[in-house]
Amino acid sequence: MAGFLLRRLVNYAVLIAVAASLAYMLAATALDPRSNYEGRNPRPPAAVIDAQLAMYNLDDRTPLFERYLTWAGGVVRGDLGRTWNGDLVADRLGRRLGVTLRLIVLGVVLGSVAGVLVGACAGVRQYGWFDRLSTVAAFVVLAIPTVVLANMLIICAIWVNDHLGAQIFLVSGEATPGLEGGAGEGLLDRVKHLALPTLSLAAGQIAVYSRYQRNMMLDVLEADFIRTAMAKGLRRRTALLKHALRTALIPAVTYFAFTFGSLLVGATITESVFGWHGMGEELVASIRTNDVNSVAAISCFAALAVLLASLASDVLHAVLDPRVRVG
Amino acid sequence: MSGPVLEACETEAGATGPVLDVRDLEVSFGGVRAVRGLGYHVQAGEVLGIVGESGAGKSAASLAVMGLLPRHAKVSGSVLLHGRQLLGAPEKELAAFRGRTISMVFQDPLSAMTPVYRVGDQIAEAVRVHQRVDRRRAVERAVELLDLVGIPNPSQRARAFPHEFSGGMRQRAMIAMAIANDPDVIICDEPTTALDVTIQAQVLEVLKKAQRETGAAIVLITHDLGVVAGFADRVLVMYAGREAESGSVRDVYRHSRMPYTIGLLGSVPRLDMGRRLPLTPIEGAPPRPSRLPPGCPFEPRCPMAVPACSLSEPPAVEVGPGHRAACLRAREIGQAGVTMPGILAKPEARAVPPAGPVESGAGTAGPGAVAERETGTDGPGAVVERETGTAVPGGPVPAEAVAGPGAAARSPESPRESRAVVLEVSDLVKHHPLMKGAVFRRRVGTVRAVDGIGFDLREGETLGLVGESGCGKTTALMEILELGRPERGRVAVFGRDTATLSPRERLAVRRHLQVVFQDPLASLDPRMTVHDIVAEPLLAHGHRDMGARVRRLLALVGLDAADAARYPQDFSGGQRQRVAIARALALEPRLLVLDEPVSALDVSIQAGVLNLLEDLRRRLGLSYLFVAHDLAVVRHIADRVAVMYLGRIAEIGQVEQVYASPAHPYTQALLSAVPIPDPDKERARRRILLEGDLPSPANPPSGCRFRTRCPKFAALTGALRARCAEEEPEIRPMGGDHGAACHYAEKLGVV
Repeated sequence: MAGFLLRRLVNYAVLIAVAASLAYMLAATALDPRSNYEGRNPRPPAAVIDAQLAMYNLDDRTPLFERYLTWAGGVVRGDLGRTWNGDLVADRLGRRLGVTLRLIVLGVVLGSVAGVLVGACAGVRQYGWFDRLSTVAAFVVLAIPTVVLANMLIICAIWVNDHLGAQIFLVSGEATPGLEGGAGEGLLDRVKHLALPTLSLAAGQIAVYSRYQRNMMLDVLEADFIRTAMAKGLRRRTALLKHALRTALIPAVTYFAFTFGSLLVGATITESVFGWHGMGEELVASIRTNDVNSVAAISCFAALAVLLASLASDVLHAVLDPRVRVG
Repeated sequence: MSGPVLEACETEAGATGPVLDVRDLEVSFGGVRAVRGLGYHVQAGEVLGIVGESGAGKSAASLAVMGLLPRHAKVSGSVLLHGRQLLGAPEKELAAFRGRTISMVFQDPLSAMTPVYRVGDQIAEAVRVHQRVDRRRAVERAVELLDLVGIPNPSQRARAFPHEFSGGMRQRAMIAMAIANDPDVIICDEPTTALDVTIQAQVLEVLKKAQRETGAAIVLITHDLGVVAGFADRVLVMYAGREAESGSVRDVYRHSRMPYTIGLLGSVPRLDMGRRLPLTPIEGAPPRPSRLPPGCPFEPRCPMAVPACSLSEPPAVEVGPGHRAACLRAREIGQAGVTMPGILAKPEARAVPPAGPVESGAGTAGPGAVAERETGTDGPGAVVERETGTAVPGGPVPAEAVAGPGAAARSPESPRESRAVVLEVSDLVKHHPLMKGAVFRRRVGTVRAVDGIGFDLREGETLGLVGESGCGKTTALMEILELGRPERGRVAVFGRDTATLSPRERLAVRRHLQVVFQDPLASLDPRMTVHDIVAEPLLAHGHRDMGARVRRLLALVGLDAADAARYPQDFSGGQRQRVAIARALALEPRLLVLDEPVSALDVSIQAGVLNLLEDLRRRLGLSYLFVAHDLAVVRHIADRVAVMYLGRIAEIGQVEQVYASPAHPYTQALLSAVPIPDPDKERARRRILLEGDLPSPANPPSGCRFRTRCPKFAALTGALRARCAEEEPEIRPMGGDHGAACHYAEKLGVV
């Protein structure tokens, strides 16, 4: 197993290098940081602009490949370079990553657990009222774009707040700036901020997982081993929980690792609607500001996240399913 | 657990009443009645066999008894376990019975075990559901049970997952699970159907042992009449969801009163009977549960039907002590002392001979049609003349006939040596590399699928290639069909070495070498009509105007011309296989390769296809290479037989010689493991049980491959043994063309 993982890791390292290099080349060719300086009022002298760009390895007069080598050399040493106006890319990304993690962990965990449960219940009583209801709900959620769903949640939350006359839900940002009070107060404030974006993320996740899990469940429900478990004397509920769900969970768990990895950079819309300054929002912002090094760094990070997630899903699969464990 | 309930039951068990009493059991799925008023009972320590063809409702009935049918199934009637009503009982009560008082062994042991839990844990779970023991004690008990059912190294194997077990071991583990709580009734649903015959013998032995240990009543559901003959005390024959006949095994087998039972027994190829006794297939196919005939469900297929039969369904009535049959004419059959052949003669009397469809088909197409075919295959007129009563001129040999010998040498009647060799295989080898690793794939071993086999097949002859799964028989067949250069050795088809063929010559050889596969549904394109399927080989070889030809081919295999417009899914299994045979015959081949052509079919259907094949061989002068795992089928159809073990031929020779006096210990064990559907004979036989499973073909034992399981090797001493371990035996002649690959081969009758 260890050897297998090691080989996988080597493979992934190559893939990450290729993905990151291509992303850098694309960003460096398509984005134009010079225009940021030239657009300033008053416009700085050309020599100053050149000097600034050269300092941050953003000068479009240097050949692309040379810039790439400089950038790649830095990345290998752990230096992600600077933004177009001189901030350290690594620092900013670190902050942003913290925000994103605080945002998505709860949403993804909640969404997957609830989704699996909903799907399992729906599968067990196929064509029952719960199955029909959850199917319709899942397709409605899947059909509504995240941006619409998030804004609808905000409208509802404000309506609830107005009717109750209390600020139950806070709709923007991660925490109220300059909040007075102790740690408990601060935590409550954060929870109030977190509720809506978590709900918005979880809704989508539940919709996907419930459909997925329902089908997996239907596959194993008819399986002979459920019959065997019941022939042993297990009650139907126990047989379904211990034998059917355990077996049907394998794909969902591996899928979980994958979603988590891709959401690290992929929760852009949720982040911008609720005013959380996370990774996804940063990616869009840095493209808009012609920030070559940030775009390259985020792409590199995204590749890393997805591949680590797929590694994690491989490991989880092997842990959960003895049939794929090979010597 | 609901202790008081169970204790109450156990005290009742002391009484002499039946342990399990089923009455008027009805099961329907969405209005389709799968089981219609079935009743049976078993006493403690008794074995009841329930036999019937697929769709007879055997499995539905047993699942209904266990309360394990899907929720949409409607069940009514009465199931009394120790006098307690199980039907309609609350789930809690049922669960307390299941696995403790009544347990079940399922057919397919791979899918019947949860793939993600260790075998030992799954057995321990069965213990812990009903007994208040801690986890460690339960695991210990699981190991004891595995030991009881004969799993070597039980404490180590208990930690294995189901996929790491072989089929036989899984079924043993299932039995261990079923007897974990010392049940009073064990229902076995086709417990050995998925297993090879030597493994089947082992598992049946384990079941007998389990019964001795637990004293349980066993309900054995199977389609194999031989297994029931040797194992059951009483037997119940099911047809179309209800009892056709029941009674003691001896009564039902020897004094059958229901024409269906008689037909079933007549259609089974027998290991102990010579080939020239034709099988008597039952006409038609079992009715669909959704469209039952108005009267007796067997009436449309029954050679003894009288008009009254189609009026109402006869109930099963007592025809002797403990012997019941559901037939209006049951008493008549008994009184008149109508023996089996007497009834079997009936179909002929109704002008539908055993291979009826073929003959009548040829008739509808006109005798000329057959004659034309015959000239195509340049068959001798005499053969056809005798069969169809039509004079056939000796036609010219077609230009594309490959190495066609003179017609004089083609008669199947002439001695073997004087007939032409159509297929010659010598020292054929096919090894598959065993690869490992996803990124850096490397070879870690070799699967010796076929490891040096040789045989020849002559004009008009059938060679049966038999062996258990994994012995390499299908690989050998595919290598021959490839018509390429084998890895080692030589394949010559119609005298042409396949290694030297040019693509054009290969195509020409292929016309004369056709194949029929095992699963007719999978080997026929579901989106093509029968006409297109049968015409495709003709089209591929540049024929035009195929309508008449396709009609002739369909008639030849006993199908109607109207069937040409239908799709494969509209046919029953036997009819589909007839379509596949028609396709294989389209190019007028001389050699037909048949890969398990009847193993997916029910016995009554299988008999029809076997008779058709036999008839075609005689009429068209075909040669067959017949691959099968069923030794009785091979005895019936083949002239010569080659027994394969782990990629080598263990024994080869004339069927009569090999079956009457097998010389290789493996052949002996194999033949002794095949159950014979005759209770007296079957019970008098002594089984040679083989130890363990087939070794991996990637790592066969040194010297003789069979020695690890060989009973003879086990009895040898020192120096004699060393020879088996060191020297790989070659095939030694045992008289005539009979040969066995054993250093110490001795003839021994086992059938």
